[in-house]
Amino acid sequence: MQYRNIFATRQGIIIVGLFIGIVASVLQLLGNPGNMGICVACFERDIAGAVGFHQAKVVQYMRPEIIGFVLGALIAAYIFKEFKPRSGSAPVIRYFLGIFAMIGALVFLGCPWRALLRLAGGDLNAIFGLAGLVFGIWIGTLFLKRGYNLGRSQPVNTAAGWMLPVLMVIFLFLLLIYPEIPGQDKNGVLFFSVSGPGMKHAPVIISLAAGLGIGFLAQRSRFCTMGALRDLILFKQFHLFSGFMALLLAAFISNLLFNQFVLGFENQPVAHNLHLGNFAGMSLAGLCFTLAGGCPGRHLFLSGEGDGDAAIFVLGMITGAGFAHNFSLASSPNGLGQHGIAALVIGFIFSLFIGFAMSRKKV
Amino acid sequence: MSVTIDARGLSCPQPVLLTLNEIRNGNDPQILVLVDTDTSKENVIRAAASQGCEVNVEPSVSGEYRIAIQKDK
Repeated sequence: MQYRNIFATRQGIIIVGLFIGIVASVLQLLGNPGNMGICVACFERDIAGAVGFHQAKVVQYMRPEIIGFVLGALIAAYIFKEFKPRSGSAPVIRYFLGIFAMIGALVFLGCPWRALLRLAGGDLNAIFGLAGLVFGIWIGTLFLKRGYNLGRSQPVNTAAGWMLPVLMVIFLFLLLIYPEIPGQDKNGVLFFSVSGPGMKHAPVIISLAAGLGIGFLAQRSRFCTMGALRDLILFKQFHLFSGFMALLLAAFISNLLFNQFVLGFENQPVAHNLHLGNFAGMSLAGLCFTLAGGCPGRHLFLSGEGDGDAAIFVLGMITGAGFAHNFSLASSPNGLGQHGIAALVIGFIFSLFIGFAMSRKKV
Repeated sequence: MSVTIDARGLSCPQPVLLTLNEIRNGNDPQILVLVDTDTSKENVIRAAASQGCEVNVEPSVSGEYRIAIQKDK
């Protein structure tokens, strides 16, 4: 080996996990919603709201963290010569996996990162979400053992690899020319929440810097929460899992220090205590993440490396947020959405079908 | 004898699955794995090393890697 990537070592992944946990806790201290210092699913949902893909008034904000994740990964990929534009591994399936991953996550109210952050903030409902996540990933590993795969990607033109990063640059540009005006629900083309979690956010520059830093480090370390549990189940390998646990531990200690830890099931921020719903929502999300090959955060970092298939999954998640709120599939602190259960059933039918259909003994 | 696994273009965790399957179930003492991302390279090296194999990486053309794995007899 000619040069060594220190972040690909055990210590490296632990450092990155600790960094994300601390930064998330600090972002919450600086204004982000409760136990939502960072939530890839929630923040993509807020972005979907900011551009008007749904009209849930309390969750509309152009989250700079997401923009930073993609651009930070892009910068790291270019510096370390890992920007490799590629695509063509069943993109349309990945798009729908993204849609249902988002719907599942919004029934629980969080991505795997937020599940950890919720637990680190004392929200015991997260235990059911995490159990569901493990269950969904376990189902996914059964398909992987049967030979499930979505086929090979091909090298593509650089322009194709730049599509999602460019979209993020445009989103950032929109946020700069149409900044939030306190008390106003719209500026220019962007929607802004004037109440609810969408209104709560750290200063733009800090959110962006945090996103860039995490995007850079996560690209180097290949940090992935789904991969952490999948590798543990499939290979008994602890590499990514050590980063997963580091995130939980760092956020827990930071929350204690910042007085952000409140233990219990009741009245937790942006959460409900329907255990079966939490379990089932995250099961669907976990299965979709496994079939797509990464957690929502990992898909953003891969998009920054030029992976067009990951970009399609991200666009699927943003689309899924639109469906989730327009069709009343997403949960709220009051409980499940009107059609949340129906959406979960359809999601499971879809993802199990894809699991079986794409399982071949030979690649 | 050696066997070649072409894991180029495959996403996580396929390259590792194929490699481990060959290490555990294959008959050839030498395995050559072709990958095209650094993530796959690191994952395959880590997996093979965890099985006690000797691993050598040769950079190949256009950002691809050839990973030579010598099984522990």
